Amino acid sequence: MKKSRYAYYPGCTLKTSAKEYDISARLVCKALGIELEELKDWTCCGAASAHSIDQLLGIALPALELQAAAKLELPLVAACALCFSRLKFAAHELKEEKVRNLIGEVMGKEISQDHHYEVVHLLQLLDENTDKMKIEKPLHGLKVACYYGCLLVRPKEVTNFDDVENPQTMDRIIQVLGAENVGWDFKTECCGGSHMLVRPDIVVKLSHRLLAQAQQAGADCLAVACPVCHSNLDSMQKTIAAKYKDNIHLPVFYFTQLAGLALGLPPKQLLLDKHFIDPLPLLMNKGLM
Amino acid sequence: MARIGVFVCHCGTNIAGTVDVTKVVEVIKKLPMVVLATDSKYTCSEPGQASIREAIIENNLNRVVIASCSPRMHEATFRRTVASTGLNPYLLEIANIREQCSWVHSDDKEVATAKAIEIIKMAVSKVIRHEPLFPTQVEITKRALIIGGGITGIQAALDIANAGYEVVVVEREPSIGGRMSQLDKTFPTLDCSACILTPKMVDLGQHPKIKLMTYAEVKKVKGFVGNFEAEILQKARKVDHLKCTGCGTCWQKCPQKILSQFDLGLGKRTAIYIPFAQAVPPKPVIDVSICRYIKYLNWVATGQEGKKPPECRICEKLCPTGAITWDQEEELITEKFGAVVVATGYQTYDHSHYQEYGGGAYPDVISGLQLERLMSASGPTGGEVIRPSDGAHPKTVAFVCCVGSRDQQKGRPYCSKVCCMYTAKHAIMLREHDPEIQCYIFYIDVRTGGKDFEEFYLRAIDEAGVIYIKGRPSKIYRDGKKLKILGEDALIGRPVEIAADLVVLATGMEPSIGADELARILNASYDTYNFMVEAHPKLRPVETQTDGVFVAGACVGPRDIPECVAHGGAAAAKVSALFSQDTLTTDPLIAVVNQARCIGCLLCVAICPFKAISYEVTRDKRLIAVVNESLCKGCGLCMASCRPKAVDLRGFTNQQILDEVNSLWL
Repeated sequence: MKKSRYAYYPGCTLKTSAKEYDISARLVCKALGIELEELKDWTCCGAASAHSIDQLLGIALPALELQAAAKLELPLVAACALCFSRLKFAAHELKEEKVRNLIGEVMGKEISQDHHYEVVHLLQLLDENTDKMKIEKPLHGLKVACYYGCLLVRPKEVTNFDDVENPQTMDRIIQVLGAENVGWDFKTECCGGSHMLVRPDIVVKLSHRLLAQAQQAGADCLAVACPVCHSNLDSMQKTIAAKYKDNIHLPVFYFTQLAGLALGLPPKQLLLDKHFIDPLPLLMNKGLM
Repeated sequence: MARIGVFVCHCGTNIAGTVDVTKVVEVIKKLPMVVLATDSKYTCSEPGQASIREAIIENNLNRVVIASCSPRMHEATFRRTVASTGLNPYLLEIANIREQCSWVHSDDKEVATAKAIEIIKMAVSKVIRHEPLFPTQVEITKRALIIGGGITGIQAALDIANAGYEVVVVEREPSIGGRMSQLDKTFPTLDCSACILTPKMVDLGQHPKIKLMTYAEVKKVKGFVGNFEAEILQKARKVDHLKCTGCGTCWQKCPQKILSQFDLGLGKRTAIYIPFAQAVPPKPVIDVSICRYIKYLNWVATGQEGKKPPECRICEKLCPTGAITWDQEEELITEKFGAVVVATGYQTYDHSHYQEYGGGAYPDVISGLQLERLMSASGPTGGEVIRPSDGAHPKTVAFVCCVGSRDQQKGRPYCSKVCCMYTAKHAIMLREHDPEIQCYIFYIDVRTGGKDFEEFYLRAIDEAGVIYIKGRPSKIYRDGKKLKILGEDALIGRPVEIAADLVVLATGMEPSIGADELARILNASYDTYNFMVEAHPKLRPVETQTDGVFVAGACVGPRDIPECVAHGGAAAAKVSALFSQDTLTTDPLIAVVNQARCIGCLLCVAICPFKAISYEVTRDKRLIAVVNESLCKGCGLCMASCRPKAVDLRGFTNQQILDEVNSLWL
């Protein structure tokens, strides 16, 4: 069922390092006539840290957000893949009475068992609304490797997002925007995630494989749907290229930025100049700016 | 007036250890019409049976209740005991006080004893209304229908025919031979598959008792054991096989080519073709979906729209015997049979479902069966193993076991049984082809349950130097010209990466397409994967729940060649035993319709799971249900669903069941 109003959970990174994701997402949704109502007084979802230290905390934090959205009687949309994963996990776990009671206890309020928490990712939201997209500037000639990351698709029984090995949601959107989605094998391989902080060597290795494979597949750029993936692939790219002595140069976009461009939104508003790997030369080269 | 004898069995301590047998006998003795109640240690033993015989004669009994184990265990035995005294064997009732009483209440003797008394009371009240029943005899058509012409069907057909009975083999492909004809060598002996199969194919083709129908499919089967009637669709070959000599001129000259299904897309065949050189019959069919002249005829028939296809007819011009018959159409043939053997075999799992391995996407990721075609001397490359993408000779080959087997994610949790062994065979043979080829095998477990199988696996490691890596790979991707396999060596607990030239996925077995539809046609059961279900997995492995329908080979579950041959032979033995009788005795415990009560709603016709009920119009123009005595299994569904209570099950009538229930509070 298509809806035009959603509760919106931006998550911490979208207020800081991934501002351009938040802003472009809001602009695109506005252009499509989708109203996003940001949750009031939202907290951190717990990210990778909470659930790796304390299972209960890992559920209780996103459960707060689920409760807030339920109060608004709106489906909840998340932009960050990690937030999405945590919200989905919490919704999945809350189906069990034992978990509901436990969470209710720590939150100090009862959690109704008949509540069905609907959580979607921004990708799914846009995919459902491609018919509303008025493409002003089709992204002809742009070859995009769609990178989903590991958290959107797995585990299937929790996120139920798309095919685990070869998802198509973002590819469909990119095609509607007029760009070419290149076929490649690393759509859902891990970029290293938050290991960036403690074991950057792992991130360099994994992200290098992703970038090299995308380039080998003939992509000009990557489109992502996760601020952590973006950070690893964009901000570390120069380090990676230097370490492997590779001639890698791939601008990394949020898919919402590409959508904004195609919908004719001013590039400045989309904060395309905020990336480490400057995408403007590529876009000018392709005549898209 | 009923004179009932009740015999309570101790079954050693199985019953007597829990049920107070003496007390039971004391209570039962006092029931009306019970002339005699007694107990014995083992009723089924010879002395036990003898004492029943004596008691029947001495006390002039005309009804017998035996309280012992389940009727599934010894009802037939005790019926014979009763019959030997001259009493009708259907005047016996079994009260199950073991499986349904002593075994399940072993912790409470009092309850068990009380329940045993009630069970026997019910049997006594039921046996009063038992009537003498007499089995009927039906004739048998001594002719077997074999569906599927693979090694299983071939073996079954030859065995039945050699026993002297007529056989019709129906095969949907243009040739018999099945999967085995696609194999190069067979494990663990490495003998050539074609060399051991083709003589059997020829034997079948020439057997005077066997009628072979290739390019044909069974569409409908009705009737019952001994008297089946099957509708078989003979597809149009467009070639008169009576005139054709199989000289081969047509398929050598035909200009229209398509990827060969037999070679799994690795080679090409023509529009008029035999699937492989040793095909039986060695005569071609025309593939009407690609033949140029057929396309031309269709173009003419549909009003000449679009581009005009060429009027090729090269095969017709070159055929020395004038065997090409363009006007030959498909034809529905009806034949009678006494028994059916399903031997529809398997197909390999479609590896394009494994996107993480590039299955179906990368030409150099192939299935095990495709490798068989590449290694076969009669295959598309003449036995030269090359990479499909560029024709290069691979130097590193990686095998992945359990593709489409033991994988819950893909909905295939079962083990396909043959893949471990055929992968070991592939690796050994590749090393023999070219000792420079390095072989890696990713496995979960190596399963070698079979004669000489473990030795064969050790030979792969010790003699051929194949490297086994424990662990299912997570991903296969292209890296330049190489294929990179990412996995884990679970024995050392470290990730491994191998760059290979060719990847072979050991795809598992699944039932041939359409197996479920055929099962429905035959009224046989099939499981969630569409494998056929045997009547009993251990004791009745080739029978089905439908009498006269037998199953054999890989349509029942993953099986290797020796097992398929054994099961084909087993099914043949069952069919031959059936045909060795002139008539069949049918069980009289079946449904009967009281025509005066039947209102013709025909609910029973829809409900009957054995299609045993049909209808007739009476002289006064009323619809009434009629039970086919040979098809009825006596399940009782019709009786339960009949609103005017017109249907009764012999030996289990409505009144008898009410009497049983009433006995509990009388």
